[in-house]
Amino acid sequence: MVNATDTLSTQPMEPFSAAATRTINVPAARSAVLPPAQTLIAIDQLDFYYGAKQALFDVNLALDEKRVTAFIGPSGCGKSTLLRCINRMNDLIDGTAIKRGSIKIREIDIHRKDIDPIELRKRVGMVFQKSNPFPKSIYENITYGLRIQGIAKKTRLDEVVEKSLRGAALWDEVKDRLHESGLGLSGGQQQRLCIARAIAVDPEVLLMDEPCSALDPIATAKVEELIHELKKQFTIIIVTHSMQQAARCSDKTAFFYMGKLIEYADTRTIFMNPANPQTEAYVSGRFG
Amino acid sequence: MNRKIPRMSTAAANPFAARPSFARTGEKALFWSFRIATYFVLLCGALVFGNIFIKGSQTVFQSQFPFINTTFLTQAPETLYIFEYKGEELKMGDKEFRAFREKEESAAKAASAPAPDFKVKDSIVYSAGGIWPCIVGTVLLVVGSMTIALVLGVASAIYLSEYAHDSPVVRMIRLSIVNLAGVPSIVFGLFGFGMFVIYFGWNVSLIAGWFTLAFMVMPVVIIASEESLKSVPKGFREGSLALGATKWQTIRKSVLPYALPGILTSSILGIARVAGETAPIMFTAAYVVRDKLPWDVDKASDFFFQGVMALPYHIYVVSSKIPQNEYTERVQYGTAFVFLLIVAAIATASILLRNNLRRRFKW
Repeated sequence: MVNATDTLSTQPMEPFSAAATRTINVPAARSAVLPPAQTLIAIDQLDFYYGAKQALFDVNLALDEKRVTAFIGPSGCGKSTLLRCINRMNDLIDGTAIKRGSIKIREIDIHRKDIDPIELRKRVGMVFQKSNPFPKSIYENITYGLRIQGIAKKTRLDEVVEKSLRGAALWDEVKDRLHESGLGLSGGQQQRLCIARAIAVDPEVLLMDEPCSALDPIATAKVEELIHELKKQFTIIIVTHSMQQAARCSDKTAFFYMGKLIEYADTRTIFMNPANPQTEAYVSGRFG
Repeated sequence: MNRKIPRMSTAAANPFAARPSFARTGEKALFWSFRIATYFVLLCGALVFGNIFIKGSQTVFQSQFPFINTTFLTQAPETLYIFEYKGEELKMGDKEFRAFREKEESAAKAASAPAPDFKVKDSIVYSAGGIWPCIVGTVLLVVGSMTIALVLGVASAIYLSEYAHDSPVVRMIRLSIVNLAGVPSIVFGLFGFGMFVIYFGWNVSLIAGWFTLAFMVMPVVIIASEESLKSVPKGFREGSLALGATKWQTIRKSVLPYALPGILTSSILGIARVAGETAPIMFTAAYVVRDKLPWDVDKASDFFFQGVMALPYHIYVVSSKIPQNEYTERVQYGTAFVFLLIVAAIATASILLRNNLRRRFKW
């Protein structure tokens, strides 16, 4: 690791000290030294292509179990692409290909021939940027994942609906109108409904693709609180444009730029004491 | 004159007053021509429909109880006989005339009077009785061909919009479908004649007509279904797939229900076209006249391999294949009127179904 003084000396064009321009506050409760955790997802030398255009260059990343990892970086830097590789949602786009490298979850390469993406996605849930509840009742939204697995027992479904809605901190708000349309909820509630829907199938990993970008600050705060609760049970990877959000709710942060992983460390280090000058410039708001 | 207000001060009093110009006048004239064109089209429509409605309702409705001409709606077409008997001019349909003559002849025989003299002055085909077999035939043709067209059309639309990758072959298929939609119906008629009637040996039959009509509307159904499948938000698909649904589960539960109202809208137009086309069925399915009703068959499989009478073809026959007079006119307009009512009824049923689906799968 390069230390901060080296960074400054190699960048003579930089007149201000990094500390003076720093705008992101990492909560003090977050210690710089995280207790050791097991690696759940290992991304190894990944090269990803959209047709002829390379979107990810040699990404190496080890994501911890039951931690929140944030992917940050300017638009088009490949963070969403990488996220969608982890549950193979990119398979749905014509012409995408991983030309080199691998993504392993618990030592199993998820792009192996004998891996069924359907089974993978049951273990790796996803929440999208734009909340997308189905135009069905709240109850039907939550039970969708179970019903497609052939589970139709009323008691089991009721149980899962309550558990998931409680897990998504939505139960008290909707318990009296479970059979009304999910589209009747507010934007923040819809997004939490989508989170409830994702955790209803009991995945191990939750991928969140800018889950708060369409929400107001209060709804955002609720989702972030929820993320804190959820990391007790799930490994969470969150893509975000908001550095404040990454600082508030993640344990580790990966900074991407132009399809390359620039720096990956615990969140406090990334925001307070980044090793790479590009990271420094980005987190202090000088570009992106 | 102190009351005269100079022009300048008027302009000063109202700076927003209209300023006539050539462009403004031209604009007004143009809008008026649009308006007149619209009213002209409406007038033409009103004349056509009004004419059919007035003349047709005279055949279909009557002034005595039950106010609807049940004979016309429930009987098969018959030849109308106009004859003189005992100095009176009588008009009777074929069956009625024969029964009447037999009765009179046997009555005369019993009374050992000379055989009665029936002087038939005129006989006009199809002008007595009704159009019931045509109504049945048309409804059968519409229901059968729309079922085939929807099943095959929606299936291909699902394949094209959800499964097929963009490739030159798929683009060729799309292009051919678009072109097929513009092929004249008589060409489909000839195709059906060559393919189903002769090559498959189905003869002139209901099933040959079903497939010919289905192939005729299928391009429209495919294009419209693809559009409505594409208009279902991507989020529904991604949300479903991310929960571990297979592609087919996703389509069946999260895509197709929301595309159905759009698909039905297009098929409503298809219904009107299928019901109205004469050219494709005249070689493949339609009989000029048939005594038996379609369900009057020896074994079930014969049902599909029998020709039927159909309203548009009947209109064609009674309007152009037989000498015209006041009696045929009655049948022509009556048939056209009933035909319009049936198309309207089927379309209304589909619209109600669509609205029901829209309410259930609102997004």
